[in-house]
Amino acid sequence: MAFKEIELNMGPQHPSTHGVLRLKLRVDNEVVTSVEPVIGYLHRGMEKLWESQTYAQIVPMTDRLDYLAALSNNLGYVLAVEKLMGLEVPKRAQYIRVALVELQRLASHLAWVGFMANDIGAMSVLLYAFEDREAVLDIFEAYCGARLTVHGIRIGGVPFDLDETVAGMIRRVLDETPKKLADIEKLLNDNRIWLHRTRGVGVISAVDAVDLGLTGPALRATGVPWDIRRDLPYSSYEDFEFDVPVRTGGDVYDRYLVRLEEIRQSLRIVRQALDRLPPGPHLAKVPRLLKVPPGEVFHTIEAPKGELGFYIRANGTERPERVKMKSPSFINLQSLERMSKGYLFSDVVGILGSLDIVLGEIDK
Amino acid sequence: MTDDAGKFPFLLTKADLMITWAQKNSLWPFGSGLACCAIEMIATAAARYDISRFGMELFRASPRQADLFIVAGTVTNKMAPVVRRLWEQMADPKWVIAMGNCAVGGGPFPTYAVLQGVDKVIPVDVHIAGCPPTPQGLLHGLMILQKKIAATHPTQEIARPHARRAR
Amino acid sequence: MLEELAEAPALKRVADALRERFGDAVLETVYERKELSFRLGARDLPAVLEFLKTGHDFNALNDMIGLDRLAPPGEGRKRFEILYQLYRFSDHRRARVVVEVGLSESVPSIVSLYGSADWAEREIFDMFGIRFEGHPDLRRIYLAEDFSGHPLRKDFPLEG
Repeated sequence: MAFKEIELNMGPQHPSTHGVLRLKLRVDNEVVTSVEPVIGYLHRGMEKLWESQTYAQIVPMTDRLDYLAALSNNLGYVLAVEKLMGLEVPKRAQYIRVALVELQRLASHLAWVGFMANDIGAMSVLLYAFEDREAVLDIFEAYCGARLTVHGIRIGGVPFDLDETVAGMIRRVLDETPKKLADIEKLLNDNRIWLHRTRGVGVISAVDAVDLGLTGPALRATGVPWDIRRDLPYSSYEDFEFDVPVRTGGDVYDRYLVRLEEIRQSLRIVRQALDRLPPGPHLAKVPRLLKVPPGEVFHTIEAPKGELGFYIRANGTERPERVKMKSPSFINLQSLERMSKGYLFSDVVGILGSLDIVLGEIDK
Repeated sequence: MTDDAGKFPFLLTKADLMITWAQKNSLWPFGSGLACCAIEMIATAAARYDISRFGMELFRASPRQADLFIVAGTVTNKMAPVVRRLWEQMADPKWVIAMGNCAVGGGPFPTYAVLQGVDKVIPVDVHIAGCPPTPQGLLHGLMILQKKIAATHPTQEIARPHARRAR
Repeated sequence: MLEELAEAPALKRVADALRERFGDAVLETVYERKELSFRLGARDLPAVLEFLKTGHDFNALNDMIGLDRLAPPGEGRKRFEILYQLYRFSDHRRARVVVEVGLSESVPSIVSLYGSADWAEREIFDMFGIRFEGHPDLRRIYLAEDFSGHPLRKDFPLEG
């Protein structure tokens, strides 16, 4: 029996679109012929708002961009401002930042694996991963009092020193997470349904990935070994030893393996940061009302989702003239169509999940 | 409950109390994750905070199967008509929780794109402040809603359908 | 500032080659905070980007940034700027290409050169109302089709 090509609408309210994303699909029988993401349902006008805020006021707003990795957003913005001011950040603050941001990567990837497995139908993984993620959120709560939108990095350093209680909590997480990861891997790695739904699905070549500007784990799963932490080190990343996991398949399964291996590398980095934590202040001397010299700067970091950057144009006052965020999810979502064409309709959910998008930073 | 000589166990109560008791302990939330608050809503449903202790673990993806609309996150002007339509698709009786500062009153976004409070498009029963509220905050809001449901008179509302809207 | 470029010979080679090939079309070369940027007229943009991509391996477009200056600092400067943030993987260098655009002018689209420019150009169109000639599907990306105005213009009020 032959069907005609039909159009399907998914979202903006749909359990597997990771927020308020709408997809307009065309399918031939069950095979996808085109996907058009419709975004903007969470467009809050942040960049316009930033033009009327002071440099320090913008930091907590960045929490609300990628709310699964708030600290990475803080760091990306703060580093750009510091580069513009030529501000030297104390070594101790840099190490604490690295520890916090890597813990954030751990939390973000754990949430991702939970959502991804839930989308594909393995709900128990979500419950396990969220329980493991809670341990990291407890650290953030003990460190600065917030769980999700933490505002844990300030211009010039970090708001609090790392005390013994928090360091002890971090060490416990470092010891326990490998066991929990092994549990998740046991549930998924050789699971026939999981393999069937992820292997050879959503394949993209390295050339296409670079052309579309794909970054982060999605790029490294295509065989491009690009990690900003290693290639353009910031915040003392050059002091730490870690590997950059790379796979060459470019499919959903490889993106999953890359992320899981990244969790292990993050644990390594956090342990080194704790062991070698240098003495000294945790916050540079910064005036209460920042006046940033005129100029422009573009600075990017390796966020859990990919390359996250901020462009700032300063005009010499206490408010920026323009702040533009380079959002990894925005770029990654663009590649959805090229990844999904020719696969089954039900695979779109898995492919979308594998991109690890957050609508907060897509729509801004 | 009275057991009269072991013969006819029966329960003597008012229909209103019986109905509201059932309603408040088996709310089926409609998981409308809009922004950051959605993550805390999911955390509330996950193992640590375990929303099923309150009879609400059945998060539905379709508004037609739910009776509690948790507006979790920023409602933008582009999303507002969708939120309104989703609310209209829910069957009566239904309740709305505005979770987080954005849903309560626009939050930190006084901009051209953000609806300044979801109560401009749908009636809200409980507001929960926070950016985002912690899972404990959401659970507290749900318990307030349970108290509110317990204080309603469903039989009167069946007799006079407009009474509910007027309340 | 350009003297400091001698510290970064790899970037200096790019700057020299560009000036040799395009001459006066490169209006200004700036090297500040270790970031190299070229200022051009919109007409020369596709040729310059193609030269940088094929001849100098800048095969990734990191970001496109729109800017409204409203009150231009110098005489004869146009209202908008569009910045193209380029990257090359071989030696991890960045370069920035800046194009000035007037209120009623348009810019050639570079989607055929960099796939990632597709949504970025739609975003700038949505936020600034700058048209891109040759874009396959230029329409608003964030805001609804019936929205009037372009929010990131400086004369657009924050509350809308």
